[in-house]
Amino acid sequence: MVEFYGQKLDSRLLMGTAMYPSPDILQKAVKASKAQIVTVSLRREAARQQSNQQQSGQGFWELIRALDVRVLPNTAGCKSVKEAVTTAQMAREMFETKWIKLEVIANDDTLQPDLFGLVEAAQILSKDGFEVFPYTTEDLGAADRLLEAGCKVLMPWGAPIGSARGLNNPYALETMRNYFPDIPLVVDAGIGAPSHAAKAMEMGYDAVLLNTAIAKAGDPVTMAKAFADAIDAGRAAFKAGVMEPRNMASPSTPVAGTPFFKLD
Amino acid sequence: MSNKQLKITVRGTGIVGVWQAFVLASKGFSVTLTCNTKEPFKEASSWIAGAMLAPFCETESAEPVIRRLGLSSLPLWQEAFPHISRNGTLVVAQPRDTSELQRFARQTSAHEFIDEAKIGELEPDLAGQFRTALFYPDEAHLQPHWALSYLLQKACEAGVETKFGTSERPDDSDYIIDCRGIAARDELPDLRGVRGEMAIIRTSEISFSRPIRLLHPRFPLYMVPWPDNHFMIGATVIESDDQGPVCVRSGLELLGSAYGLHSAFGEAQIIKLSANVRPSFPDNIPKIIVRNKTLYVNGLYRHGFLTSPALAHLVADYLHEGKTDEGIFVVEH
Repeated sequence: MVEFYGQKLDSRLLMGTAMYPSPDILQKAVKASKAQIVTVSLRREAARQQSNQQQSGQGFWELIRALDVRVLPNTAGCKSVKEAVTTAQMAREMFETKWIKLEVIANDDTLQPDLFGLVEAAQILSKDGFEVFPYTTEDLGAADRLLEAGCKVLMPWGAPIGSARGLNNPYALETMRNYFPDIPLVVDAGIGAPSHAAKAMEMGYDAVLLNTAIAKAGDPVTMAKAFADAIDAGRAAFKAGVMEPRNMASPSTPVAGTPFFKLD
Repeated sequence: MSNKQLKITVRGTGIVGVWQAFVLASKGFSVTLTCNTKEPFKEASSWIAGAMLAPFCETESAEPVIRRLGLSSLPLWQEAFPHISRNGTLVVAQPRDTSELQRFARQTSAHEFIDEAKIGELEPDLAGQFRTALFYPDEAHLQPHWALSYLLQKACEAGVETKFGTSERPDDSDYIIDCRGIAARDELPDLRGVRGEMAIIRTSEISFSRPIRLLHPRFPLYMVPWPDNHFMIGATVIESDDQGPVCVRSGLELLGSAYGLHSAFGEAQIIKLSANVRPSFPDNIPKIIVRNKTLYVNGLYRHGFLTSPALAHLVADYLHEGKTDEGIFVVEH
């Protein structure tokens, strides 16, 4: 069981909803993974559609609602505090949720978070009643500031968004886990393979958030299940206690008492 | 029963409706083609389509049924429209995005990896720009406006009567073939719009013989050469019903990627920026929905030109002998 802002959930996989071949495949992938939270990025066109909608049709947003899971809207692609705050407010209205995955992007090439803007936006949004899930780095100073700003979850990156590189800085991620033993921590972004997700869970991370690795897989539905299984395995391993690496070989069957070598 | 006895009204003059009218009239049915605007085509999402006949490339993100329909449509296009170009498709990526090329190759078939020399042979203006590319020799492309007008003319020659500027539902027909695209949402609540934005530019400094797809992790793009030095650049895929004009960001992405493909496009003239929505069902697969005496042919998503001819023949087969294709037909009772 993992808890975000008082919400207890069984699944430790948070799934993005972009880039799937179709909403139908997205729905099947969510079902196969048993994910209970999906992130949705809000583009302005969508909001415009919402306010203009006069027809009886079923848009993408209705299909997302029909997934019957918690929606975590995000401020993907926002490059300034103002833009992120405005997008968050639109998302709150549209999805009727206080939750927001906060992204403030600093660098267009790596899409790394702008930590200064992130802290500022987190302060504004927390004061405004939002429950903020900040997309951040492993920087402990920024993490402290985010917690002071009112965040009760932290989401450090594994690697740049969509890069499929896995956990670029395992040392820093481990340090962060040890430094904040009681804060729910989610590895967000950069995950490419289920083994990356399992690794994060073995470190004791509370959950993993990813999108591209499932959406762009040859068979997204099977890949969603693979990630769910890897996350379960990693979590179980963490709870069971993963053994530390050793420098010296140590046979699992003792050899000292072996009476004689095998004779041909 | 002779086909002549069956009166058919085809509603909608997008690529679906025009193909339906043409095929059904050619098979001897008595066909009336209607649309709600005085001028045909222009409101249809197919008016701003890329019109690539790319059954192999499209399977990168589409279901196998799209390839099947596309493959049966290709010869039908060749037979009906002499101005089709069958020069294949070239898929390229910048050196730092070669993993995109690997992924695209893995997801698709009927392609070959080609080197710099072969790229230059196929597209001299791209010589030296890319070290490797994927070539799909069996794909084709056409100019959508030309194809729509040409097919409409052929449909009229085959006996189709046209009634443009009417939105009334005909009541004296034996069958209605409803091809109104997103406008049919009043009767098909599952339909949603997927917004697409495109640009048309013109330059004589550069020419291509086939569609070029530039893979990119963020801004994938395709460019289709049209007659008279025109190029169509497409297309965004945004989950939205908004039919409003192209936004600045999308415009920048499209034009910026074109410039990235070749700097000569920096001097091209922007002829037009257009947007519309693609009618789509939740699985992004076309459907023929039979509801009493109405057949809805809809949800062609990105694959209007690719699959319309095959769908027209499926409808004709249904009207002839009640044959239904699994995976495409939904017969409601």
